[in-house]
Amino acid sequence: MLEIKNLHVKLKDEDTVILKGVNLTVEPGRVHAIMGPNGSGKSTLSYVLSGRDGYEVTAGEAWLDGVNILELEPEERAAAGLFLAFQYPVEIPGVGNMTFLRTAVNAQRKARGQEEISSTDFLKLVRERAKTLDIDAEMLKRPVNVGFSGGEKKRNEILQMAMLEPRMCILDETDSGLDVDAMKLVAKGVNALRDADRSFLVITHYQRLLDHIEPDVVHIMSAGRIIRSGGPELAIEVEKNGYADIKAEAV
Amino acid sequence: MAVTQVKVDATEARLAAIPAPDKGAAWIEAARDAARARLREMGLPGRRDEYWKFTRPDSLTAPEAPAAALFEMGEPQVFDGFDRVKLVFVDGVFDADSSDDPALAGVEIERLATAAQTDIHWARETYGILEARGQTPVPRPLAALNTACAGDGVLIRATARAEKPISLIYRHESKTSDAYLHHVIRVESGAELTLLENGPAAARFNKVMEVDIADGGRFNHVRAQGRDHERRAATHIFARLGAEAVFKSFTMTVNGQMTRNECVVEMAGDDAVAHVAGAAMGDGDFHDDDTVFVTHDAERCESRQVFKKVLRGGAVGVFQGKILVKAGAQKTDGYQISQSLLLDGDSQFLAKPELEIYADDVVCSHGSTTGAIDADTLYYLRSRGLPKAEATDLLVLSFLAEAVEEIEDDALRNEVTARLGAWLARRRG
Repeated sequence: MLEIKNLHVKLKDEDTVILKGVNLTVEPGRVHAIMGPNGSGKSTLSYVLSGRDGYEVTAGEAWLDGVNILELEPEERAAAGLFLAFQYPVEIPGVGNMTFLRTAVNAQRKARGQEEISSTDFLKLVRERAKTLDIDAEMLKRPVNVGFSGGEKKRNEILQMAMLEPRMCILDETDSGLDVDAMKLVAKGVNALRDADRSFLVITHYQRLLDHIEPDVVHIMSAGRIIRSGGPELAIEVEKNGYADIKAEAV
Repeated sequence: MAVTQVKVDATEARLAAIPAPDKGAAWIEAARDAARARLREMGLPGRRDEYWKFTRPDSLTAPEAPAAALFEMGEPQVFDGFDRVKLVFVDGVFDADSSDDPALAGVEIERLATAAQTDIHWARETYGILEARGQTPVPRPLAALNTACAGDGVLIRATARAEKPISLIYRHESKTSDAYLHHVIRVESGAELTLLENGPAAARFNKVMEVDIADGGRFNHVRAQGRDHERRAATHIFARLGAEAVFKSFTMTVNGQMTRNECVVEMAGDDAVAHVAGAAMGDGDFHDDDTVFVTHDAERCESRQVFKKVLRGGAVGVFQGKILVKAGAQKTDGYQISQSLLLDGDSQFLAKPELEIYADDVVCSHGSTTGAIDADTLYYLRSRGLPKAEATDLLVLSFLAEAVEEIEDDALRNEVTARLGAWLARRRG
């Protein structure tokens, strides 16, 4: 599904090198988690994969189903099946959540050469998927993320994911700023989307989220590299002992 | 201040080029004479006038209007789906055949050309009167020119709550270069009226609307200008509000080479509310000027000015907004915001926000910003699959929303939003 090879990334306008050779393969249907201390490059990896401006790939590739997505525009990556749930979802005053969702769904369908979804089908689908995430009609009507609580914003990200049905989902610190109940709700939404053809890359600081979204593989990232990979037990080790031991070991 | 010879000559040349309207009853002829005298005293606007610092008046004051091709609007037009009383003006003349029967419960509707022949008419208390009041402290010569020369327009007097809007539609069908319309609206105590306006009127359109709202009256105004790119327009609204009166005016402007919209509001009664808003978008040689002057002369009145402009490819947006709070206008709540979104480095926005306050217990604020599309927001939308152009358009609508939201009526607000979106989509091709 997703294959990242020897990815090196620096900031466009500065010399700061952030990713120093990331190698990562996510197989279809699997959930991979990336943990790591602040500044290790986790969020940068998610931004670079989704095509945010401001970064320069100096070496390496990222293949999604046989396409090197680093050569695509952000919207083309989305149409290719990539989705990033933002750590800080953006507020868009004056654009209704529902309008936004429909515009996004139709833009992707158009890019894939499919017919636009009919209003009735769309409404039915949104209502059904919003219900799982405890998103009410009022929240769907409001402008995108404006005045939403932290939890509402993250649930809204997962709703977009549910509507766009991407094959490769990246969750960037989706648990940050959430209380336990909100986190459970988000995890429930994510788990509902798990299937044999869809993969996840879950970026988080804490093992907590991984209690609810159980990963198949856990990677530890530090200073722009993945320094260790293992099973779910690795996350528990980090929770218990911190990153210091693993970092020391890697050196 | 003496008028310069250059101005005297320009004014006389302009007046000489305008065919006189049909001679009317004594009251309107007196109003026209007075307006002509006012105009001669002020002279037409010149390039060195402070009030015309950001907008060159030349094309509005020249004896001959610059040529403009007829514009095919295509169907359907804005407000088409609305239940309304349509009044159509073709090349600046009321066209009864294209209009609806001007019958609406609680509302008297008459054309100016007819009323002008009547010796006694309610409009004599307003015609040219509010315009003349609005000439101080800043002269507005093009409005005086209109009062002196306009032969047609509509006179509307609402005595109850009108159950549907009155819709003024302007058509440009001949090569006539100029059109002058003068509307007078009186909303009586407790009455309510919604007025819609749209359509290209002429190569050069000069329009004045005087709105007198008695105590507790409500007036809503939604106007759609533009799409006919070669059009030039100078419009004035003069509104006077009684106690607890409500005045809400929104203007959408898309394209048009030269638009100067002046709105002069006098809050004459306590607890009145006036909101003036505009959303404008244009490319290239688009020049759009909103000039607003709100005078608070009573207690506890609320005024809002919300203007948003989206400019691209060398377009120019102008906003001159003033809130004048007279001594004694205590507890005034005045707000003014003007913002522009520049889609490239060639366009410019010129703003002159002004507050002049002589009362000591008021809340007044103003702000003006110029910015570009936010990169993070654009990325967010693109990451959801929206192509760059489509994402940009969505953000343009998002930017304009604060102004559009000033339209109270849901259906009208949605209509305006849809029109703005359609214009963006057409431009995207």
